[in-house]
Amino acid sequence: MVIFIYVLLGIGVLFNGLGSFALLRFPDVFTRLHGATKCTTFGSIFTILATVAYGFWGLARGVQGDLTLAIHALLALVALLLTNPTGAHAIARGARRSGVLPKRAVVDAYEGYKYEEGKE
Amino acid sequence: MRSVITGVAAFIIYLLLTMESGSIGLWSPEELITGAILALAVGLIGGRVLGKGGADYKKLLNPRRWATFLVYLVGPFFFAMFRANLDVAYRVITGKIKPGIVKISPGLKSDLAVTLLGNSITLTPGTLTVDIDKENNFYIHWINVRNPKPSPEEVCGRFPRWVRRIAD
Repeated sequence: MVIFIYVLLGIGVLFNGLGSFALLRFPDVFTRLHGATKCTTFGSIFTILATVAYGFWGLARGVQGDLTLAIHALLALVALLLTNPTGAHAIARGARRSGVLPKRAVVDAYEGYKYEEGKE
Repeated sequence: MRSVITGVAAFIIYLLLTMESGSIGLWSPEELITGAILALAVGLIGGRVLGKGGADYKKLLNPRRWATFLVYLVGPFFFAMFRANLDVAYRVITGKIKPGIVKISPGLKSDLAVTLLGNSITLTPGTLTVDIDKENNFYIHWINVRNPKPSPEEVCGRFPRWVRRIAD
């Protein structure tokens, strides 16, 4: 069981690290967001699954308080899955509207799209 | 009706957060009372937001939609996310990118469906939602543009069909 938890943690840390590496490698804000959102969300899913596994393992051994741990971790996962892509969308939209162009772009359908202030 | 649904949802989440605190079931009486008061307040204040933006909130009470949502989450969505990570890993290592912003029109109606599809697109291979206009067209940053004027299927596969079944 301990080995299983370590494997989950290892996968999580690997993908989170990959996300940080993508921040350094990619040329502009949009491509960097690709790395930052996908990899950190996926990595965090695995670290949270490790916490949940630890919680249920404790529950099976009869340790007090470990059910709380598992359920709090699951609620954190739900919040993360909702807010992480939303935040990335907010950053990308803010960047594009304030005039940051995607580097090395082959096509930009956003060109010519007029944003009207206050008319959402 | 809206306030009742919101309040019950808030109460359930409060109960989940305070599990194992006492003797009545798994909860202590103090937590139950606090939870009830807070749920009442949340229901009264936040109820009017439910169902705004064209979503028919009564449809969301249908358990079949929730079941579809769970199947979607652990099946195609998780698989796509796994592929997305391998894809990003490949591009980080080789540096092969061909980015661009493309426009697709999946033809969704309610705000909830648009949110769900937007978030799914952001977390799946090579795509990132940049903006959504009034006609619910998506502007998507695509890291490897294969077609400058793509159909929704080329960008996000079968997701629009799933989302329509869940939330539209």
